[in-house]
Amino acid sequence: MADMKMPRHAMPAQDPVVRSHNFNEVALGYTKEMAMEEATRCLGCPKMPCKSGCPVQINIPAFVAKVAEGDFEGAYEVIHRTSSLPAVCGRVCPQESQCEKYCVRGIKGEPVAIGRMERFVADWHNSHTCELPPRPTPNGHKVAVIGSGPAGLTCAGDLAKLGYQVTIFEALHKAGGVLVYGIPEFRLPKAIVQKEVDGLKELGVEICTNTVIGKTITIDELMGEMGFEAVFIGSGAGLPKFMNIPGENLQGVYSANEFLTRINLMKAYREGADTPIKHSLKVAVVGGGNVAMDAARCAKRLGADVSIIYRRSEKELPARAEEVEHAKEEGIIFRTLTNPVAILGYNNPEDKRDPKNGSVCGIRCIKMELGEPDEKGRRRPIEIKDSEFDMEMDCVIMALGTNPNPLIKNTTKGLDVNSHGGIIVNEDALTSREGVYAGGDAVTGAATVILAMGAGKQAAASIDEYLRNK
Amino acid sequence: MLMYRIARKKPLNAAVTLMDIEAPMVARKAEPGQFIILRVDEEGERIPLTIAGFDREKGLVTIIFQVVGATTVKLNQKNEGEYLQDFVGPLGNATETEGLKKVAVVGGGVGCAIALPVAQKLHAEGCEVHSVIGFRSKDIVILEDEFRACSSQLKVMTDDGTYGEKGLVTDALDALIQAGNQYDEVIAIGPIIMMKFVCKTTEKYGIKTVVSMSPIMIDGTGMCGGCRLTVDGQTKFACVDGPDFDGSKVDFDEAISRGAIYKEFERHAYDAACNLFKKEVK
Repeated sequence: MADMKMPRHAMPAQDPVVRSHNFNEVALGYTKEMAMEEATRCLGCPKMPCKSGCPVQINIPAFVAKVAEGDFEGAYEVIHRTSSLPAVCGRVCPQESQCEKYCVRGIKGEPVAIGRMERFVADWHNSHTCELPPRPTPNGHKVAVIGSGPAGLTCAGDLAKLGYQVTIFEALHKAGGVLVYGIPEFRLPKAIVQKEVDGLKELGVEICTNTVIGKTITIDELMGEMGFEAVFIGSGAGLPKFMNIPGENLQGVYSANEFLTRINLMKAYREGADTPIKHSLKVAVVGGGNVAMDAARCAKRLGADVSIIYRRSEKELPARAEEVEHAKEEGIIFRTLTNPVAILGYNNPEDKRDPKNGSVCGIRCIKMELGEPDEKGRRRPIEIKDSEFDMEMDCVIMALGTNPNPLIKNTTKGLDVNSHGGIIVNEDALTSREGVYAGGDAVTGAATVILAMGAGKQAAASIDEYLRNK
Repeated sequence: MLMYRIARKKPLNAAVTLMDIEAPMVARKAEPGQFIILRVDEEGERIPLTIAGFDREKGLVTIIFQVVGATTVKLNQKNEGEYLQDFVGPLGNATETEGLKKVAVVGGGVGCAIALPVAQKLHAEGCEVHSVIGFRSKDIVILEDEFRACSSQLKVMTDDGTYGEKGLVTDALDALIQAGNQYDEVIAIGPIIMMKFVCKTTEKYGIKTVVSMSPIMIDGTGMCGGCRLTVDGQTKFACVDGPDFDGSKVDFDEAISRGAIYKEFERHAYDAACNLFKKEVK
């Protein structure tokens, strides 16, 4: 019988003051005792509403029951049956809007901490098991996977387990996609991503870094002379959006993608790193999503005073509640109902050679109010007349989402895209080209790690069916 | 694991080095005007370099670089037979040469290294090529013979008059136009300030002028947006929209300013890299 009195176990975390000066992981993870106690809060509902909220349909009550028994390896086996990256998902999934949202314990109180237990189980497995999974028997079929982010890794893993000979093509020098260039070390340690990538290699997956599909090799070449029978496109979201306001190309204006890539992939935060980054005093991050929170928290760790500028109210912030809370604890200021109209640049008319000329010195914003709901049901932000005001800033980071990358579309005949540039797929993840499947942000535009994984999983199942019937 | 071996290394002058890199997948597709991104070692930064040549059969890509910062110091310390950590490409769009009958190619300094394959391609396609190449001084003149071989007219200019004619490339270009040469296009590759003034020169004659921009970038595939420029009042990404642009529409002053963002950092890193090298030599 579940313990109805026990409150949800809080996640142990680094002290906010300490952590806002380092890049070490913020959430420290449950102890064995915490995980086992938390597991006893689960009612074991036979209908498993939590499972229906999981994009990869993990049998949650079954793994939680194993945790309660102290059989952590057993719990891992349950999770791993449907999820290929549990250590990642336990950290970055928005559980509050997925599994935990449907938890019956959440109706009158707090939901069972499913995500935290998932993380514990995955970490326990990673530190206790060194046994390698058996290599699957090759079935002689070759599949190419484009992109090594969550969609590509999941698709490759599932196919490799079925015996396919899988090659992943990655444009950057390191595998992992957004897990290595986007999500910061303090939220997702890169060693965890590396472990997942190494796991795929153990399964026989080949990873070709430094290979840009659409430039180095085209999809037609992959399926022609290179002999791949099917292709999965998991190339992710593309070009960063800007606002088209004056001053956006001043020195010190970054896209969140560039700022995060310098820090996460290129390690520019480390003393003596080869890749430079601007160490600013006052930083404005424009946007309210998870990427904005990541950029803000990185800027804070580099020593700046950081403000988030968001045009709607706090209630509409698209970022996870936990990320917003963490950002606030670390001292990040939220300027909501505020929208930039111009970025102001320094210009010394007396001295044309002044090195500060052309760099950001401030941001001009306008106050907003919320009007009628738009087609998505979110209240539309409206400018309040004559409410412009200036703030002093020496760096501005634009975290406004992305436009699709044209590299693959432009070099692949017959690949249909929608009006936003996202690749069009049917429910089997099949594109308009035979044998070419797609999923993740390349299809949906910027979304979450777990949705990309779900799409990679679907595509792997479809590719397997396609090749078995071919 | 792909390995990128340095098949040949040849100093062109005291500060400029040529390397042929074994990168068959890049060589297979490379065209003049495109670029590659490399990392020297595991800790290295990603730097873009425009392709200076390629040999598809041997699988080689030629890069020519000036030793200006910490990364190019490290790159220049690598010897023939050693390997680069990463080498990716070809990136960006190739220079458009189709239908051009008479073109003036203007190169400045190390920019001549990337102007050369464009001139060679035009020459091979039967286009009449006039080349103007400019340097500060005699001791840093590079690729003169190569340009001569693909140009029906060649002007070598030096700032101090120690070689060729004394003056700027814009002086020679202006003289060629004044002499009655009617160019379909001028292609200018070199320091931003040179490209800006080439565009000013050709503007008065209404000659289309294409420039090759090489701003700071990280991934080179459109993901970071660090390489953005203002062209015709709109933001463009040099990596996917360029690197060639209609020079009359490029905001060169902004490009100069954006290029200077890490100047201070680079100066320190360069000093540190040089000091380290000196210590190793001792």
